[in-house]
Amino acid sequence: MNKEISTSVSAVKREDVMKIINAFRDQPGALIPLLQAVQREYGYVPKEAVDLIADELGMFPVDIYGVLTFYAQFYLEPRGRHTIRVCEGTACYIMGGKDILDRLKTDLGVEESKTTADGRFYLETVACLGCCGMAPAMMIDEDFYGNCTVGQLDEILKKYE
Amino acid sequence: MSEKRKILICMGTSGIAAGATGVARLFEQELGKRNLADGFQIIRTGDRGLFRDVLVDVIEPDGQRTTYEYVKAEDVVPIVEEHLIEGNPYAKRLAGKSYHDFFKSQMRIVLKNCGEIDPEDIEAYVMHDGYSALRKAVQDDSAQIVKTVTDSGLRGRGGAGFLTGMKWKFCREAAGDQKYIVCNADEGDPGAFMDRSVLEGDPHAVIEGMAIAGFAVGASRGVVYCRAEYPLAVKRLQKAIDQSREKGFLGKSVCGSPFEFDISIMQGAGAFVCGEETALLASIEGKRGTPRIKPPFPAQQGLWGKPTVINNVETFANVPHIINHGAEWFASIGTEKSKGTKVFALAGKVKNTGLVEVPMGTTIRELVFGPGGGMLHKKLGLKGVQLGGPSGGCIPAAMADTPIDYESLQSTGAIMGSGGVIIMDEKTCMVDVARYFTGFTVSESCGQCTPCRVGLKRMHEVLTRVVEGEGVPADLEFLGNMGNTICSTSLCGLGQTAPNPVLTTLRYFRDEFDAHVHRRECPAHVCTTLMHYEVIEDMCIKCGACAKVCPAGAVTWERGKTARIDPAKCTRCNACNTACKYMAIR
Repeated sequence: MNKEISTSVSAVKREDVMKIINAFRDQPGALIPLLQAVQREYGYVPKEAVDLIADELGMFPVDIYGVLTFYAQFYLEPRGRHTIRVCEGTACYIMGGKDILDRLKTDLGVEESKTTADGRFYLETVACLGCCGMAPAMMIDEDFYGNCTVGQLDEILKKYE
Repeated sequence: MSEKRKILICMGTSGIAAGATGVARLFEQELGKRNLADGFQIIRTGDRGLFRDVLVDVIEPDGQRTTYEYVKAEDVVPIVEEHLIEGNPYAKRLAGKSYHDFFKSQMRIVLKNCGEIDPEDIEAYVMHDGYSALRKAVQDDSAQIVKTVTDSGLRGRGGAGFLTGMKWKFCREAAGDQKYIVCNADEGDPGAFMDRSVLEGDPHAVIEGMAIAGFAVGASRGVVYCRAEYPLAVKRLQKAIDQSREKGFLGKSVCGSPFEFDISIMQGAGAFVCGEETALLASIEGKRGTPRIKPPFPAQQGLWGKPTVINNVETFANVPHIINHGAEWFASIGTEKSKGTKVFALAGKVKNTGLVEVPMGTTIRELVFGPGGGMLHKKLGLKGVQLGGPSGGCIPAAMADTPIDYESLQSTGAIMGSGGVIIMDEKTCMVDVARYFTGFTVSESCGQCTPCRVGLKRMHEVLTRVVEGEGVPADLEFLGNMGNTICSTSLCGLGQTAPNPVLTTLRYFRDEFDAHVHRRECPAHVCTTLMHYEVIEDMCIKCGACAKVCPAGAVTWERGKTARIDPAKCTRCNACNTACKYMAIR
């Protein structure tokens, strides 16, 4: 099924996706790790990859989208160069995490789960980074920022181009 | 080898976030420069459970220990020169009284090794009695292991509190050629991070507990389902699994016995509901993580339809201690029906935030004013405590003497849950907190059954209206009725408990709801739409904290004078109110 769509994956890309598919093909229930591997490769899960996976594993694309949209950490669109994750866990919320989020939204002119117009930042919230003692907390890419204040944000954002 | 002096550096997620990696490297450099490297062993441990930025311990061969807190890069040279060389502790960063008070009243069983050993070194674990319980277990009768765990009274630490030994017994007696042990490390409750700390700080304890469970019920495969937000935990656990396989604690012949057991890790993809056991199993099978009706219970039909034991990280980490010290020893700790210790994640408006392990039955007050060190701000008293995360409830300060055990908490309307304890002071709005949790469960509901999917959404809309000052008296009655309906008609544990934060706040903090609805006022000065942004003269201590943070230049203040907010310039950003510790801005 969907032969004509899956061939639209460019030669290189198709090869890459096939490599990932083959690594998981024989493991029962490995759809989620497989999709995670695809996302590690592209930063999101491209439509072409979904079609190819469906084709190769004998599934319907809708079943794969069912899984992709169920879990918060799958992205169906490319994200900005840097991902900001503002913690919205209980401790952060009580310690003023919402102020941080509101300020970021205003300063960057972007809503949650969206990328800024210049493609620099993708803004999202997470429920608990597990560092409640350093609330309010946020992460930009792999860097962690604890005890955040609204006043520090400009300085922090400057580090990411 | 034991003659070496030891330097312990806490390097869990929070330690690393505070710069521990750089501090550890600097110690190596500075010792190397002075040709002292041979005399020291630098040990990178997991987090100890108390947030003090970078924690460094110096341990002498005779066991004498000096602890430094908030260590920064520039403190390394003075510690090396003044302490390590000259023998005088470096006073500036010595851990203070509150650090020692934090640990004094704790009883550390599960957290025993966290912050004490190198989690990436299996030898360190073995030296601390590691894998001795597994060795002992595989020589024993497997039915006896189940009996020991049952007799100990250990109950599931993930929330529901089911007797662990009974779960094992059901699985052991279930027919099946293949059985599974699953470790639930999908620690989704916001505000709970004990599982992360155990996996980062003592991963072998979890592996050992799972292997013992495998032997007891006759399972040869184990899966750890870990939350995707915990990359360091996954890395350390994987390393630990590889090492124990190498040493023969996992594999075809565990500890040289005929028992075969191996473990793999599955990383979650961000879904709170996957903490529910049947949803978790669906997720391991590669499906959407939607719960199913029980029975059949996983012990009969679990992963791939086979008998499966699912326990939480903390539960498994207790098992080796029970096997080593016996059921009686474990049962002697705690209360009549809740045995052993429980790890709590203390956070919110309290001085010491972190992981606290205390015997079951400790009261909320003991927790807050013992290890917690009291309230964060002197002038803002304890208003309430939220226990058990989005499935739990808010208990008022007046009930702070409630002992924390499964039954006592249940009678208040809260639950033990995974052990998240959020301390709230007078500047926390309970209506807003209730709305916060409902917002969380709305977005995490799997959408399968109507009460949870639609009912919670309606509750959230009403709560939003209330915090924005648009509520009507009938709303409060609606919240109570809807909440009870959702509790009694939802399919899984998520829906059945999701209204708890609202129902308990309605019960214990009704006056705050009334203030929002009848007087359009937020007594805690939190709900921003109800704020006027004016300074209350009687409350203002003239400190100027509000003026310093105002980004719009709307606050004028002179030393010794009450601050003033210019409504024309104010952008209602709330920065002044956040900065004010005296409830002086309304």
